[in-house]
Amino acid sequence: MKRLLSGNEAFALGAWEAGVQYAAAYPGTPSTEILENFARYPGVKAEWASNEKVALDNAIGASFGGARTMAVMKHVGVNVAADSLMSVSYTGVKGGLVLISADDPGAFSSQNEQDNRQYARFGKFPCFDPADSEEARQFMGVALDVSEQFHTPVLMRSTTRLSHSKSAVEATVPGMREFQPLPPFEREAEITRVILPAIARMRHPVIERRLLDVQQWAETTAFERGINRVEWNDKALGIVTNGIAYQYAREVLPHASILKLGMSYPLPLQAIRDFAAQVETLIVLEELDPFIEDQLKAAGIPVAHGKDIFPLCGELTLANVRHGAVQAGLLQNPKSKIENEAVSSALIVPARPPALCPGCPHRAFFYALSRNKRKVVIPGDIGCYSMGVLAPFEAMDMLISMGAGIGMGHGFKQAGGQEGVVTIIGDSTFFHAGMAPLASAVYNKANIVVAILDNRITAMTGQQHNPGTGTTLQGEEGRHIDIAPLVKAMGVTYVEEVNAWDVNAMNKAIRAALKHEDGPAVLIVRGACVFTPHFHYQPRMEVDLEKCVACGSCFRVGCPAILKSEEIYPTNNKPKSSIDPLLCTGCTVCMQVCPTQAIAPVGEG
Amino acid sequence: MIDKLNLLFVGVGGQGVLTASDIAAQVGLDLGLDVKKSEVHGFAQRGGVVESHIRWAPRVGSPTCEEGTVDILLSFEMLEAARWLNFLKPGGIVIVNRQKITPMSVSVGTAVYPDEDAILAALKGRASRVIPVDALPLAEQAGNPRTVNTIMLAALSTLLETDPAVWETAILRRVPAKYAEVNKIAFRLGQQAAQGSSTD
Repeated sequence: MKRLLSGNEAFALGAWEAGVQYAAAYPGTPSTEILENFARYPGVKAEWASNEKVALDNAIGASFGGARTMAVMKHVGVNVAADSLMSVSYTGVKGGLVLISADDPGAFSSQNEQDNRQYARFGKFPCFDPADSEEARQFMGVALDVSEQFHTPVLMRSTTRLSHSKSAVEATVPGMREFQPLPPFEREAEITRVILPAIARMRHPVIERRLLDVQQWAETTAFERGINRVEWNDKALGIVTNGIAYQYAREVLPHASILKLGMSYPLPLQAIRDFAAQVETLIVLEELDPFIEDQLKAAGIPVAHGKDIFPLCGELTLANVRHGAVQAGLLQNPKSKIENEAVSSALIVPARPPALCPGCPHRAFFYALSRNKRKVVIPGDIGCYSMGVLAPFEAMDMLISMGAGIGMGHGFKQAGGQEGVVTIIGDSTFFHAGMAPLASAVYNKANIVVAILDNRITAMTGQQHNPGTGTTLQGEEGRHIDIAPLVKAMGVTYVEEVNAWDVNAMNKAIRAALKHEDGPAVLIVRGACVFTPHFHYQPRMEVDLEKCVACGSCFRVGCPAILKSEEIYPTNNKPKSSIDPLLCTGCTVCMQVCPTQAIAPVGEG
Repeated sequence: MIDKLNLLFVGVGGQGVLTASDIAAQVGLDLGLDVKKSEVHGFAQRGGVVESHIRWAPRVGSPTCEEGTVDILLSFEMLEAARWLNFLKPGGIVIVNRQKITPMSVSVGTAVYPDEDAILAALKGRASRVIPVDALPLAEQAGNPRTVNTIMLAALSTLLETDPAVWETAILRRVPAKYAEVNKIAFRLGQQAAQGSSTD
């Protein structure tokens, strides 16, 4: 029976079918649903790790024990895991080990659009590139076979358009499976897994030979198993392509012959050379970097077109692939010009930026911070609270990567920064990469404020649990870690916890923490995300139009539930406020900032 | 019998756009066609713009539609219909929920929400038919405001050469049993609304 599965659901199914018994991940769009789905299959252990390096280290240990395993993360998560990744390539693996990297061309929800195929060449291990959900499912099993046959970690590269697209998969109903204990651990006769310098020097030529062996596999078995394939058609044009780009090639240039690579590294150069010899014009269509194109050119294979006609930046689309093909004269009868001019140019469509949800426990913090921001520098971090940079708060000055806020604030201050420093980090992010920079700030006595916005969940990626909540991915009660005693034990001498929805207390707490001069002051803002069961809905707010003077104060809390009413206040000729009854959660932040007490819970005004 | 269709569902995070698009994709599969659908999750969903592409064909390649090729644009919100209009093929059809959700740029006063008449005029400038639907009041009439997406799918079902029962079945398979009755009512109301509300 055919079922519609997202790429992420298909990766999970394929992993389970291929016998993956243990998997770990840190959530990150567009990868998150892979482990959430895998965790529901019988006989597996699936865990949220505190960060991506921990997830990969977990998987390496499982592999060394003999289990088939995977570590799952978004593209930038691989940077966090890269230290172990580069060296597990040297040690090799025992049980099949696949690292799924979900890249984000277009940077829909990421800080960059790095092309992680580059990691495969950098680290000298194979990279698989499925083009739809069925391939995502099937390639998992092949990748695990390759991992075990060649004792290598394998990169499985997804992209947003694969992970978050659904297509038909031939899916059987999963049967039962029991979780199997590993066989007794066998100590190695010849050491490879303790990667001391002498071992590393010995292993390096081994992995260079391994790469040649995998390349030979790519030339032969990969074609037999349908990973690489040639689709012959008109030989005037030949396209070498991989991943989701294959779909655009097929649709925009349906008459061309295609060499579809299910593996972008190592390349089957002989097969590509043979293909190139049989077509008149050879082009390469790939998303982001000229990864395949550069390798073909280095091998002396004539490439007529690649990144000279197709975009280097952003995701590929049917439109920009068609545009490139027409520009290069590859399309004889291009589809009639898209009639975008027909869209009325008179209409200005306002932007709809994302916003903190009604009731969000970050709102009062950013409101208070924005009132104090004149002499404060604000290094931020990655999470829903990144939206603090947007209007109306505009309260964030720098943001680089997970955990970077504390380190950047520390460096700014120690380099002689004159302003106060308020760094911002979330609870999950603190466990991910915030503890090490806090230790460094304590040790070096950096006078910065570290605001930890503890909303009891990993919110941005869709409410995943973390060490702060204590519930595991598979729904068991683990042990939760309290942040306040933790940071005290780390040597922080100033720790204050503040109610997330109390505007006055927040204001005082920020000012008091800025005065502290004995190393970092930690402010823990406690309030549960509206999407967690810990959030308490209260009677909704309403505006008393008799009292409202249209001063606009409530708009400065940036709540999507606060709207302009139809009624105009005559003195300033501005619209009075109103509150959307369906959206309001009764959090009271707007009520607290209203200078005329015009906002009150329904029935109490 | 329909064998090729490009749909684009758009709206605002929290409106049920993605659930509706799942159902529309499933209907294509139930009709024996190849189907793909694609959307963007994550940051965009915090009250931001949500888009979902659904494609039916004997064999679908790209999971997203090309600008200027969408047969039917199904918008869950007035402004979003205008934002995505360049994806509609000239002469295509727009079904638009008349609900307006104020973007933060408008409530903080840096932008203006266009008049409904101006939006409808823009839609009519490109579409052969524009079908406004009062989905939220109809959903409330059906008994649950969360049935907006059923109302919208029902409106869509009236435009295609498909058996409406296929749509209703796909919806009912997706919703919890205790909401089956309210969704059946919503489906009828959506069909009636679409049949009575077309502006050429």
